[in-house]
Amino acid sequence: MSSPLITLNKVSKYHNTKETLSSVSLTINPGQIITLIGPNGAGKTTLVKIILNLIDIDEGVVFRSPDLRIGYMPQKLHIDQTLPITLERFLRLTEKNTKICSEVLEEVGIINQMKCPLSSLSGGEMQRALLARAILHKPNFLVLDEPVQGVDVAGQEALYKLIEELHRKLNCAVLMVSHDLHVVMSSTNEVLCLNNHVCCHGRPDQVSKNPAFIELFGESTNTYTTYTHHHDHKHELHGEVKLSKLDENGFSHD
Amino acid sequence: MKMDLVMIDVLLFALLAGIGVALITGPLGTFIVWRRMAYFGDTLAHSSLLGIALGLIFSLNTTLSVIFTCLVFALILVGLEQNKNLASDTLLGILSHTSLAFGLVVITLMPNVKVDLMSLLFGDLLTVNFKDVITVYIISTITLLMLVKIWDPLLAITIDEDLGRTEGVKFKLVRMMFMLLIALVIAVAMKVVGVLLITSLLIIPAATARSYSKTPEQMAFFASLIGSFSVVLGLLASWFIDTPAGPSIVLSAGLLFLISLTNKKNQ
Repeated sequence: MSSPLITLNKVSKYHNTKETLSSVSLTINPGQIITLIGPNGAGKTTLVKIILNLIDIDEGVVFRSPDLRIGYMPQKLHIDQTLPITLERFLRLTEKNTKICSEVLEEVGIINQMKCPLSSLSGGEMQRALLARAILHKPNFLVLDEPVQGVDVAGQEALYKLIEELHRKLNCAVLMVSHDLHVVMSSTNEVLCLNNHVCCHGRPDQVSKNPAFIELFGESTNTYTTYTHHHDHKHELHGEVKLSKLDENGFSHD
Repeated sequence: MKMDLVMIDVLLFALLAGIGVALITGPLGTFIVWRRMAYFGDTLAHSSLLGIALGLIFSLNTTLSVIFTCLVFALILVGLEQNKNLASDTLLGILSHTSLAFGLVVITLMPNVKVDLMSLLFGDLLTVNFKDVITVYIISTITLLMLVKIWDPLLAITIDEDLGRTEGVKFKLVRMMFMLLIALVIAVAMKVVGVLLITSLLIIPAATARSYSKTPEQMAFFASLIGSFSVVLGLLASWFIDTPAGPSIVLSAGLLFLISLTNKKNQ
């Protein structure tokens, strides 16, 4: 593999003498998917902003590869109601070439909404619009801040599928901020669990067994382990999916 | 009606100057509305009175001293905004009224200078001369060209600052240019509607244009049109029923806004 896209070395950030990030080190390699999880106030947003080069750091070093092209998908857009804007115009803010805009909209599956006002899009369509904007310039690193927020469960799955597809097509690294532990575990190469410091870090299965992770996520972790176990089991049983539902009650022994 | 010819001159200059100002307050006002900066604009407008006082004290060109004062205030406000300890509307309220009061006090205290406060506060469109009209159009043209230049990046950071910056918008430069534009526009708009009513010329036409627009550019264009139409209506009222010009223009704009509320198509 070629050299890392971005490397953070012992980065700290203070906010009114309180340490928001404490000595965080992180390397993002081309093509890798990293999921960033952590409770509220853990500094996830701060870390994302440092990676995007939006805020200065107080200590440490950040190395960026010269050919780093970041595509960023913000958590949510707060467009003032008084601002009329169509989906097409929204993309044309950064890409004058209409052909590229429509290609990208085709890719994320909302080409039919091209002329619609942004305010008329559904939650899922809005997230796709943001994704479209993020991939307009063919990034080699996608930063997605809670990409499925405000989307119903079926829509979430479709959206994650789309992200994986884009990841393959663009061959880009992905950093995803997430609350959803299930997805963290299923599509990620690496999990970074943040609680002002890097509380644990590694492959999903390693992290889920890490005591620090379990302490931080407690209940959720249990749900998660049950889920995976259940999932594996179902997989082995093949056609006996219905049985597995029955099994579930007496499942704890396994 | 013995001074008919002179009056036509007065009306023509007033009309030209008013429309020249409305052409630029429209598009710039859309950003004030989108960025929720109405109070910010008000504060800068009030500080322009202090600019006039300073201009008089140091015998400078008042237009220049107003632009300068507004810019300084804009920088102070942006600086204070970063420091989030004080709610920013409280802060703006303090600065806005303090600068207005300070300007009034300084102007009143000045010896050898007799200033018509009413015309400063509410505008004096009917006294503009040919030179004023030229000044208005020079500044309006410069402002409009600059606005066109920063339009896309400014729109990008208005919609989402982080996203815009990630895509490479030099946001400090763009924001600085935007402040300069506001200062320039306030300096010319002061003559038309006065210090107290400038913000209305920025906000009302833009808000009115919202109901008829599908894109940001349409809204800016319609805001110019609606602003100009308000100027015409206001001056007509001033001409026929002898109302003060500035307030009549603002009132016309307000009426047009009310009418626009009946159009729900693009809401």
